[in-house]
Amino acid sequence: MTSETVVMRGVTRRYGRNEAVRDIDLTLFGGECVGLVGHNGAGKTTLIKMMLGLVRPSAGGVLVLGEDPAAGAAARARRELGYLPENVALHPSMTGAETLAFYARLKRQPVARNAALLERVGIAAAAHRRVGTYSKGMRQRIGLAQALLGSPRALLLDEPTTGLDPALRQSFYEIIRDLRRGGAMVLLSSHALAELEGQVDRVVVMNQGRKVADGSIADLRALAAIQPRIRLRLPCAPRAVANGHDAWVGWTSISENVFELSCEEDEVASALRGLPGSAQDVEIVRPSLDELYAVFQKGAP
Amino acid sequence: MRQVAIVAGKELRDGMRNRWVLATTALLAALALTLAFLGAAPTGTVKVSALAVTIVSLSSLTIFLVPLIALLLSYDAIVGEVDRGTMALLLAYPVARWQVVLGKFAGHLGILGFATLVGYGVAGLALQLAGNDDPGAWIAFIVMVASSMLLGAVFIAIGYFVSTLVRDRGAAGGIAIGVWLFFVLLYDMALLGVLVADQGQAVTADALNVLLLLNPADAYRLLNLTASPDVSGFAGVAGLGVRTGLGPGVLIGALTAWVVAPLAAAAALFARRQV
Repeated sequence: MTSETVVMRGVTRRYGRNEAVRDIDLTLFGGECVGLVGHNGAGKTTLIKMMLGLVRPSAGGVLVLGEDPAAGAAARARRELGYLPENVALHPSMTGAETLAFYARLKRQPVARNAALLERVGIAAAAHRRVGTYSKGMRQRIGLAQALLGSPRALLLDEPTTGLDPALRQSFYEIIRDLRRGGAMVLLSSHALAELEGQVDRVVVMNQGRKVADGSIADLRALAAIQPRIRLRLPCAPRAVANGHDAWVGWTSISENVFELSCEEDEVASALRGLPGSAQDVEIVRPSLDELYAVFQKGAP
Repeated sequence: MRQVAIVAGKELRDGMRNRWVLATTALLAALALTLAFLGAAPTGTVKVSALAVTIVSLSSLTIFLVPLIALLLSYDAIVGEVDRGTMALLLAYPVARWQVVLGKFAGHLGILGFATLVGYGVAGLALQLAGNDDPGAWIAFIVMVASSMLLGAVFIAIGYFVSTLVRDRGAAGGIAIGVWLFFVLLYDMALLGVLVADQGQAVTADALNVLLLLNPADAYRLLNLTASPDVSGFAGVAGLGVRTGLGPGVLIGALTAWVVAPLAAAAALFARRQV
């Protein structure tokens, strides 16, 4: 189950003088759903293209499903690979069904199974219209369908959820969960961390071609060292706080009667235990994913 | 081979869909029929068969038109797909880059071959029905149709080479037109100019042979205008054909080399290209 699906060692890619990707070490395992996050131009797409063998690394080595993807012998590995490009480009004169049949034949998959796949991505009704007449969301569905052909062991999805309506986004994540349960590795790239919340086991954050963080969202929170804050309302004892009573050291007043304390994660429980019974509206404020992401984009921790 | 056939099949279907097949077939058939009936009108007095006359005029037409159609079909094949982003997805599939080049080439050749065969075939059949009295001219006619396809293959291959060479579709289109002008018009003019100025001093017969083989359009012209004594007599190049000593084998070999070399170069360039 936990086989190494993608292994990158010291990978650098230069375009002229510009380093798109710098010294990346990355291992992705089967059964894992990984979010690849970074601003536009952070090197996400270059990284994915190197995994596909479309771009060769200037230095370092890439292995996908045990093969060098840029070598001629990688055809076997590519049969078990699904890819959804950032902007799905399809041949406008072919219908949706023909498009999928073309890609299924290239992957040596029975074309008869396509109807079920078209149904699954919710485009069966428009399957016999030309792709040129499709909306962006419909093209994205066809793109997703072709990536799912032949139950791939590794799925590389470049900004998959842009252009999907919320309903399809839900069914999209459902499909991904199914695949992951079957032992496939799923890589999702996105420019917003918040979009991936609850969907990924692991997040890799890229900034200007470097990998700046790699771990679960909880790991990232710990790494970013943004302290959780306890916020409460004290209707009757604001004076005790203002006067600096021992129990209230560290608390700051945000507005009248509302106070806040920043503390370490492991101090939260004891801080809550020490609160007087008169405290109201107690809440624990954790940094949002966007705040978290901003920390890594500043290159901080 | 299977992957090549799949790519070729897709290209053929694309050609049907966007009316390339229909347009080129209709154009070639219309021009061939016009030449067959207008051009063959005076043959009654000079005792040359209508089919032979048609071969001469059609092969002259082919030299201008077929390379142009071939280049228009092919210049966009690689650079256009890379530009639109369809190539990145295609190459993520288990298909080698040379298979993509070969498959697309086969598909485009199929489109052009079909148009030539049907377009010229219609004219040939029409002449036969109108009363052709020279069955021997049919062999020359078949040679003409087959070599027209070969000439098309040459310029499709050159178009692929151009398409893998540049990063921009506009540049590829410009270079393709330049290639057409050079091989179809400028080369012969320059060659004639050199021959006249040289007065047979430096350019020997052997050198002229090499110079003629270096232009696929000239190789095609020699092949067709010297194919049968009847045709060559009417075309007025019999003397040249005999003196050059370039047999049909050499000419077909030269044309084949003109297909293989640019196509191999295109595959090699494409293998190294970043998508």
